[in-house]
Amino acid sequence: MSYHNPYTPPRKSATFDDYTLAEIRRAAATGIYDIRGAGTKRKVPHFDDLLFLGASISRYPLEGYREKCDTSVVLGARFAKKPIHLKTPITIAGMSFGALSGNAKEALGRGATIAGTSTTTGDGGMTDEERGHSQTLVYQYLPSRYGMNPKDLRRADAIEVVVGQGAKPGGGGMLLGQKISDRVANMRNLPKGIDQRSACRHPDWTGPDDLEIKILELREITDWEKPIYVKVGGARPYYDTALAVKAGADVVVLDGMQGGTAATQDVFIENVGMPTLACIRPAVQALQDLGMHRKVQLIISGGIRSGADVAKALALGADAVAIGTAALVAIGDNDPHWEEEYQKLGTTAGAYDDWHEGKDPAGITTQDPELMKRLDPIAAGRRLANYLKVMTLEAQTIARACGKNHLHNLEPEDLCALTMEAAAMAQIPLAGTNWYPGKGGY
Amino acid sequence: MPVIDLATTPLRELNSALHNIQNGSNDLSFEVVNPRGSHSVAVGIDAPVTVDVKGSVGYYCAGMNDGGSVTVHGSAGPGVAENMMSGTVVIEGDASQYAGATGRGGLLVIKGNAASRCGISMKGIDIVVHGNIGHMSAFMGQSGHLVVLGDAGDALGDSLYEAKLFVRGSVKSLGADCIEKELRPEHLTKLAELLEKAGVTEVRPEEFKRYGSARKLYNFNIDNADAY
Repeated sequence: MSYHNPYTPPRKSATFDDYTLAEIRRAAATGIYDIRGAGTKRKVPHFDDLLFLGASISRYPLEGYREKCDTSVVLGARFAKKPIHLKTPITIAGMSFGALSGNAKEALGRGATIAGTSTTTGDGGMTDEERGHSQTLVYQYLPSRYGMNPKDLRRADAIEVVVGQGAKPGGGGMLLGQKISDRVANMRNLPKGIDQRSACRHPDWTGPDDLEIKILELREITDWEKPIYVKVGGARPYYDTALAVKAGADVVVLDGMQGGTAATQDVFIENVGMPTLACIRPAVQALQDLGMHRKVQLIISGGIRSGADVAKALALGADAVAIGTAALVAIGDNDPHWEEEYQKLGTTAGAYDDWHEGKDPAGITTQDPELMKRLDPIAAGRRLANYLKVMTLEAQTIARACGKNHLHNLEPEDLCALTMEAAAMAQIPLAGTNWYPGKGGY
Repeated sequence: MPVIDLATTPLRELNSALHNIQNGSNDLSFEVVNPRGSHSVAVGIDAPVTVDVKGSVGYYCAGMNDGGSVTVHGSAGPGVAENMMSGTVVIEGDASQYAGATGRGGLLVIKGNAASRCGISMKGIDIVVHGNIGHMSAFMGQSGHLVVLGDAGDALGDSLYEAKLFVRGSVKSLGADCIEKELRPEHLTKLAELLEKAGVTEVRPEEFKRYGSARKLYNFNIDNADAY
């Protein structure tokens, strides 16, 4: 009997998988790192790893279509004369005119306004269209200060001092030359066509003590009318929240690593920052330790997709959430309708992330006049409003099932965790137990 | 002329009064006494008022000034005239860090010295410093003019865009992408205009050297990576 070696299939390395190998080859061929938009694509513990327990003998639910479940939220009542009143705790996150087309910004404003919530400017200043179509507009105060001026500061409804964002804590904005049209260049006071790599630090303050003085200045300029938010990327949520409160913030916005960006290095998006799920409890703990929970509001962003995610964020102690990527999808980003064109760009609907190149077939992340026309801001705004309403209804459905007559009455006790990681990060007991890692008692 | 004593009057009252100038008002000149290093003195002015501050101020004096004329008869803390839109701010003494940061217009005159990052991210403001300026001044300067009668510290004009820098004394070092450039007739004319506005006499425009962007870092090129 002759011996034949049995067939062994080729084995690919888990460490050097196909994507990794392709990235090594791409780097070797081009000599430059990959730049892209959106947030992290790696799988991280998330809201999917939590479940609601619902009512039982000891907890009784509210009737779905009869008993009221309030969704309203007031933001910024700590110091501001004119706090923000929203009908839903789902807000639209900061995204710049420049990164997005004028039509896309208008659609976000329209959708938010129909749904009774706020939208936010970005690293590029405030446009008249955006102001005009947004009933409640938050004006970002960024390190670059592109387009910053006192008139817009005064016509904003709130001011958001941006320290960082989840996709790139410690990084500045990036808008490459191909998207710098005449209008964008003019608003940012820079030559057309050059790469705009925004500063990552504010030019006139460093550290929490300076921030306190900066917030005082913004309040004085606006006669103490506007709520002042401080936005941080998910890095050290306990201390960042505590320091923002100490500096005088009315609202803290905390953005986890699933939060999107218009453009930055892939290595940055994938390797810097913490998952949203891991950020919430430390931030809430900081507020509680300072006696400021519910007095300074906490807005959570980064990977919020559904009413379930909203309800889970609120149950963990947030006052509101913000959506960015999901809002873009609602208005048409990565829609399979444009699949043929995505294929021409070497990608597919659902994976398109070269937002910095300005060739978006959906007409959203572009300044190309022809592509921009593809987005009808009225219809797109309507889609966003529908989506916001669905998310709100979903969150209410869950809250009623947990016996809550306001979304803010959701609490950690309503949750259980599916994985050890989620249990540890969210400090929620593993399903079927009363224990989570770090709690002790095992 | 209203005199506001910050030893007895809350800052909020001062700034609120400056923001509520009625059309046709005769009270367009204010005097502020006892500033005692207060922050945010005379911020957000949006009318052609004149403010004389009798003493030294803290952070962000005359921040976002739009049309006012503010004179500090003392020294100024960090971020004086930050993001100024228009008008004039004069500091009789020295200015701390970030003077004129991100300013979009108007004229900032510092009769003493300015510390580091003077004119950082300037976007159209004109700044004239009678004395010296510190390191990293005009960092990422986008447009406007920075005129220095004395010396400049390290890394002048690092990552400069289109701001124009004029230094009469020595420059310790230039930042990334900042180079000395030819002083052409139009620059001499502009310099003469700025010097006159800033009350500088007995100094000729020809005594300055001009610095600006080499524009090599405007679009990312891997071969320039060592410059960052």
